[in-house]
Amino acid sequence: MSKNFSLRSLLVRPEVATFLMFLAIMIGFYIANERFLDARNIRIVMGITPEYIIVAIGIAILMISGEFDLSVGSVFALVPMTIVQMVHQGIPPWFAIFLGLMIGMIVGFVNGFITLRFGIPSFIATLGMLYIARSLTTVATAGFPPPFPHILPNELFVYQFELFRASLYWALLVAVVLGVMLHRSNVGNWIYATGGDQNAASSMGIKTGNVKMFCFILCGFLAGFAGMIQTFRLEAPLPSQGYLLELESIAAAVIGGVSLFGGIGTVFGAVIGAILIRFLESGIIMARIDAEWFRAGLGSLIIIAVVFNTYISRRATRIGQNKAED
Amino acid sequence: MEDIIVCEGLNKYYSGVHALKDLSLKIKKDSVVGLIGDNGAGKSTLIKILSGAHQPDSGHIYFEGNKVKFKSTKEAMNLGIETIYQYSALIPEMSIARNIFIGREQTQYNVGSFGLMKTKTMQDDAMKALTDVELHLRSPDTPVNQLSGGERQGVVIARAMYFKSKVLILDEPTNHLSVKETNKVLKFVEGLKSQGVTSIFITHNLSHVYPIADHLCVMARGEKIADMKKKDTTIDHLTDLLVNG
Repeated sequence: MSKNFSLRSLLVRPEVATFLMFLAIMIGFYIANERFLDARNIRIVMGITPEYIIVAIGIAILMISGEFDLSVGSVFALVPMTIVQMVHQGIPPWFAIFLGLMIGMIVGFVNGFITLRFGIPSFIATLGMLYIARSLTTVATAGFPPPFPHILPNELFVYQFELFRASLYWALLVAVVLGVMLHRSNVGNWIYATGGDQNAASSMGIKTGNVKMFCFILCGFLAGFAGMIQTFRLEAPLPSQGYLLELESIAAAVIGGVSLFGGIGTVFGAVIGAILIRFLESGIIMARIDAEWFRAGLGSLIIIAVVFNTYISRRATRIGQNKAED
Repeated sequence: MEDIIVCEGLNKYYSGVHALKDLSLKIKKDSVVGLIGDNGAGKSTLIKILSGAHQPDSGHIYFEGNKVKFKSTKEAMNLGIETIYQYSALIPEMSIARNIFIGREQTQYNVGSFGLMKTKTMQDDAMKALTDVELHLRSPDTPVNQLSGGERQGVVIARAMYFKSKVLILDEPTNHLSVKETNKVLKFVEGLKSQGVTSIFITHNLSHVYPIADHLCVMARGEKIADMKKKDTTIDHLTDLLVNG
């Protein structure tokens, strides 16, 4: 009986459902085209996925704390652009990287400050930042995209090993460190509490404003770091990079079981969500389906995931209510 | 018996509204005090001040004989005054163990005030805390939203007990509970007395608090209109005070 129960409770965990969805998609596209899972295709897909994983983790943690960030796509372009331009101005590469990542954190801080200080929805504060940061990126190009300065240590971040790029290991490092932070540290407990019920959390003495601010800054940092990796991989800073990434990373988090209302989600779910989206895109191309169907597939996945998670949480609440009526 | 909390001449204004008028109150150690009054009587204002969430505009509070001024709920909690708010005391999606330790996690490998949680110790201690208030639940990992209303109040009380609270302020703990669940909560509160915990039980439902209270305090329009031992009053007298002020 108790074993039975634990199996059932495992199956209703949202990220487990995501993982099953992931397996179904992998098997489905493999049947459609065997080469979908050969080393070559995995190398291609996993070469571009790490950037999305890193952004999705930042978004997921911020969403668990109860806030949104729509500016990640723009920060994803702004940070590497400023790094490249600073190097062109003669600033040493590592110092430029440090300053660039600081800019990502500052954008996160400003997002958090506006949201918390003026009590407006982060959806609006960061929508404004989406336009501002994108505009700054274009201004920073000074007319045309600058060439990539090869004194930047890009090999360290994107070197192509046999199957995977170095960026995948960076993404895994981020996932492990932040997974431990979210699921095992007291800070993680505060993040869940803040997103789950802000009043209850603050009545227990948690400084919910500080917790949210930390998540905003972390999200800005990760978006900038991921953008830097993409620029290092492409060896070209493009002012358009990361366009629509904000929606895709929210999609990854939601497909991975993160609640839009805060308080629920895991780092693992966000990672699987991001990988799933990239393989869905690749699978549709490999199956010789018109690539325009990718967005329809992604849209369907989002809806299925949210409907499923809502169903699960309603059921959990009903268990409590039934008990009260016993 | 000595007084654990003494309030003297507390006043509180909210944008011109005189919410608490010159309130003085003595609360005896290890007793159950029923604080009753209709909506808008000033009960919530009083508990917000006692819990440190709000500060009085004038007046003094003494805790265990010492004058205190709480700037935050954390300060009151550190002294042993724990408040259980009507709706928001637990995070529904989080497990029992995590809820019990919110903001007071047991950690190791600390860097400043951050560290990794000792999950096993927290689970074991959570179970022990629940058993101490006679609440027997299957697992400390059960999310709180799978518990009944009465069980949730039990978890909150267990949490206060675990952290050795001296005073427990309960804001309408029996609201929206079935009769059976209400009785469960009343039993929890009654049990607190023998463990050296003073409780202030706020309600507008006299019949809930009357059976377990030692002392009753009636409020109306921001003022205290009656303050007596249970043996000096009757349920009819109190009802009359509540209705007619």
